[in-house]
Amino acid sequence: METIIDREEDIIEEFSFFDDWMDKYTHLISLGKELEQMIPENKTSENQIKGCQSQVWLNAKLTENGILFEADSDAIITRGMIALLLRVVQGQKPEKIASYEFNFLEKIGLTTHLSPSRANGLVSMVKQIRLYGVAFQGKKK
Amino acid sequence: MKQLNLKHDFPILNKKINGKPLVYLDSAATTQKPQVVIDAMVEYYKSSNSNVHRGVHFLSERATDSFEAVRSSLHRYINAAYEHEIIFTKGTTDSVNLVAHGFRSLLNPGDEILVSELEHHSNLVPWQMLAQVSGAKLTFIPMLKSGELDISMLDSLINVKTKIVAFNHISNALGTVNPVKKIISAAHTVGACVFIDGAQAFPHTAINVQELDVDFYAGSAHKMYGPAGIGLLYGKSEWLEKLPPYQGGGEMIAEVKLKESTYAALPHKFEAGTPNIEGVIGWGAALKWIEDIGIENIRMHEDDLLSYARGLLAEIPDVIFYGTAKERAAVISFGIKGSHPYDVGVLLDQMGIAVRTGHHCAQPIMTSLKIPGTVRISLAAYTSKEDIDMFIVALEKTISLLN
Repeated sequence: METIIDREEDIIEEFSFFDDWMDKYTHLISLGKELEQMIPENKTSENQIKGCQSQVWLNAKLTENGILFEADSDAIITRGMIALLLRVVQGQKPEKIASYEFNFLEKIGLTTHLSPSRANGLVSMVKQIRLYGVAFQGKKK
Repeated sequence: MKQLNLKHDFPILNKKINGKPLVYLDSAATTQKPQVVIDAMVEYYKSSNSNVHRGVHFLSERATDSFEAVRSSLHRYINAAYEHEIIFTKGTTDSVNLVAHGFRSLLNPGDEILVSELEHHSNLVPWQMLAQVSGAKLTFIPMLKSGELDISMLDSLINVKTKIVAFNHISNALGTVNPVKKIISAAHTVGACVFIDGAQAFPHTAINVQELDVDFYAGSAHKMYGPAGIGLLYGKSEWLEKLPPYQGGGEMIAEVKLKESTYAALPHKFEAGTPNIEGVIGWGAALKWIEDIGIENIRMHEDDLLSYARGLLAEIPDVIFYGTAKERAAVISFGIKGSHPYDVGVLLDQMGIAVRTGHHCAQPIMTSLKIPGTVRISLAAYTSKEDIDMFIVALEKTISLLN
């Protein structure tokens, strides 16, 4: 299975082809559009992370193949960001996720989306992803 | 149209954002500061810094004189009857809290606090807290779809139990200019106390508290070209006398014994502790800057730009306007069909355009309009026609990217 580092490198390479911000955001928007829909029953208020600007829903379950996440947002750029974040952590082992920092965002110039002033729900989502990693550690599936 | 040309007064407006010239259309959140305001604050620290009201020495007297001169200017500017009716606070929010807290000892269970549905959270949550503590009931002036208050309901909403009526002069979220005089006179028929949040009104319109006959009126310096962290509460003397002090400490006392104290006269009764002296000095410079240009000239400039922007926006098929009140000021709130306001804001930011997106701290308005939020552009004296043109170009690009 691909490690987190393999997947980060894939994404960094993918984004290296974009010369300007418009291409990059066009790509982010299409990632947002392609992100798999979350099962409506899982879009509960418990799974909701209330941002001031956009809402995020995150659900996770532990499987034999690692943690499987599903997430959604009402804003398309936030959905694009979710697609990138999940691509790296999807199916990884809890111990890998528990302390994961998502540093690749800096290399593709998208860290501003994790700035608290954006209030888009992504900062809390990243924390929540790690918390799932911590909570599922030591649990056998 | 004859336009003001004031950008050169504002150093920040010459900065580039994401490599592009800054187009700042978020002035309702906070206005930029002219060089004269920045200079006044720097000069204060260089040549006058000292604590106010408590020194016999030269610097303290100079600082106190400059500080009190601003109180005097504000008193004249809003036509208050007395200088002591101007209380310096941290800002509009602080002013609302001062009054709402003071009323804890003046309300009884069953009394009513009438608030509008068009409020910023700052003019809603403190009244909710007051209602919880006092057992008073919150009632609401409903908002129509146009973003106007339904004042046809006033007669049925205002009764002998109504003790406080609180609303804004101009809505931050939709730009509605509310019929303040009508609401004030309706409230006064039952002797209710009227509190007006004037945060958005100060930068756009002349305010005459005696003519309005308002009981309390609040504003913030940072929304009118002055520094952050300083604002005012105007209150009629008789109301300010009735309210107990909000915070205890130095400066607000007359005589202190170990077990009890007597309080200072107005305005100091409500100004515990060392005040934000440089903020007051900066505000004085901002007020002078506004008066040199003339608030009427600023309003005309903004109104012209507002209708120019609205005309251009109306030509874009996907634009939906929120807030269509007959009288509006300095704000256009809108959405793009099929797009989330956040996405629009993020893409505009990439092009150096600063707008506000979201619920504008007025969630009940968004709930009532059944939308997650809006995109808001808000204008100021320094906004130019070129700013609007660049914004429209960027918005068209944004819409094509999102589709």
